[in-house]
Amino acid sequence: MVRSHNEDSVACEPACGLVVLADGMGGYNAGEVASGIAVSVVVAEISEHLQNALPVDRDAERGEELGVLLLDDSIRKANASIFHAAQSQPQYAGMGTTIVSGLFYDDRVAVGHVGDSRMYRLRGDILEVVTRDHSLLQEQIDGGMISVADARLSKNKNLVTRAVGVDSEVVPEIHVHDVLVGDIYLLCSDGLNDMVEDEDIQATLSALQRNLPLAAGQLIQMANDNGGRDNVSVILVRVNGKFSEPRGWLAKLFNWFQE
Amino acid sequence: MAAKLILSMDGAVIKEYPLNKERMTIGRKAHNDIAIDNLAVSGEHAAIVTILHDSFLEDLDSTNGLEVNGVPTKKHFLQNNDVIEIGKYKLKYINDQVTQTTAADFEKTMVMRAPVKQVAPSANKPAAAVAPAQGQASSNKPAQASVESTGKFDAPSVSAVSQSAKPTVSQSKPAGDMQQDTMQKAAVVQVLTGPNAGKELELVKNLTTLGKPGLQVAVLTRRPHGYFITHVEGERFPLVNGEALTSQAHQLNDHDVIELAGVKMEFYFKK
Repeated sequence: MVRSHNEDSVACEPACGLVVLADGMGGYNAGEVASGIAVSVVVAEISEHLQNALPVDRDAERGEELGVLLLDDSIRKANASIFHAAQSQPQYAGMGTTIVSGLFYDDRVAVGHVGDSRMYRLRGDILEVVTRDHSLLQEQIDGGMISVADARLSKNKNLVTRAVGVDSEVVPEIHVHDVLVGDIYLLCSDGLNDMVEDEDIQATLSALQRNLPLAAGQLIQMANDNGGRDNVSVILVRVNGKFSEPRGWLAKLFNWFQE
Repeated sequence: MAAKLILSMDGAVIKEYPLNKERMTIGRKAHNDIAIDNLAVSGEHAAIVTILHDSFLEDLDSTNGLEVNGVPTKKHFLQNNDVIEIGKYKLKYINDQVTQTTAADFEKTMVMRAPVKQVAPSANKPAAAVAPAQGQASSNKPAQASVESTGKFDAPSVSAVSQSAKPTVSQSKPAGDMQQDTMQKAAVVQVLTGPNAGKELELVKNLTTLGKPGLQVAVLTRRPHGYFITHVEGERFPLVNGEALTSQAHQLNDHDVIELAGVKMEFYFKK
């Protein structure tokens, strides 16, 4: 599906093990601007810092790994850039974006996200959602108001409770997960998971894991076949080998696909 | 437009109640938002909590209970046209909001500001916790007030659709109906040669892989307008009626013969 405005932006930087996906919102082309700023700020910040440092380095003052800090800082910076752009340009007022980003290093992945763009992991035959949406629906599910099954019937989809660029500050959610050889990571905008059941995502990734471009195309096709109207973006990452520091992770294959 | 309840007894409509408060109560006593003066109805019988476009019904430990669509229920996520029964009274729930799958709605991802966090109720007392402090000033549309729409798109979705060669069958279906979308005929692949000759494989899933992993694999996908075969892995591409596939998906016709990893099989539609 091709749209004149595509509010999604994606980027892959195999050199530093970084993938980023953002789904913007805002009138005219503001959504596209917001997601574009978010992705470029995060990519630029992280790749610049990793030129003379390693993600496993610890920041003595903050007592945290550089990889985690970089994700956190860069998403906050993206927030500030978008917020300021929105303040200074009336046509961009109120624009914002979701973001989900993975930084792979040392046989782990640091995942940062804001909003309802997701990261999934296929390990063996099990598909799991790595991120937890910042959305009204997720809060209702957590609060026991509504079951996961009923949530599909909800008319309150697409209401995010956190977004990048709408307020002067944002708190990204960051977690670090172990990575195993053979894992497949899927980053996607809500255009995919609104339209394709997890079961079908799982079946597709399992069946087509040897051919990620085909898997990406198939996921987008299923979203469109099911009546998808929103942008659908997916990034697929397959872990082909161990990549513990320093430089062992070259065997990784990245693939991204967007429509 | 707010959702509403239509109160009736023995088929005669008594009154309509728009669900324009976060929490509305149904009961015999006069202070209820929906007061039903009948001894079969408890003083405070039930409550309906509405969050934006979704409404939840809860029995407030009433003496005689309630039913939704004929099923005794304590708690229920109301769907359009549900009928709540309390004694001889019926309350029909009408929520003809344009559902999520209309074009306009999908293009609006919206941000909710901070106060909304309070909406997340504790697991035990959902109804009570759901109405946070925002209620006083704007009791008509309290929940809406905290939503800030940042999504207004001028691009009509029609232009998007026209470029995607998408079938029209499934466009206006809600996501939950995906399985029903495949209205086409069931299809089968029957093995013609090799040790498994004669075996049939019914294509019941959206995605079926064929072949030997590491050697040659193809995938059969079921889509609203037919079945397609695509090469997945292997140096050699599968043959359909003797011709090698390209890297593109290829639509299958009745009685096509597929050759894959040295095995011939026939694709056909079930009668």
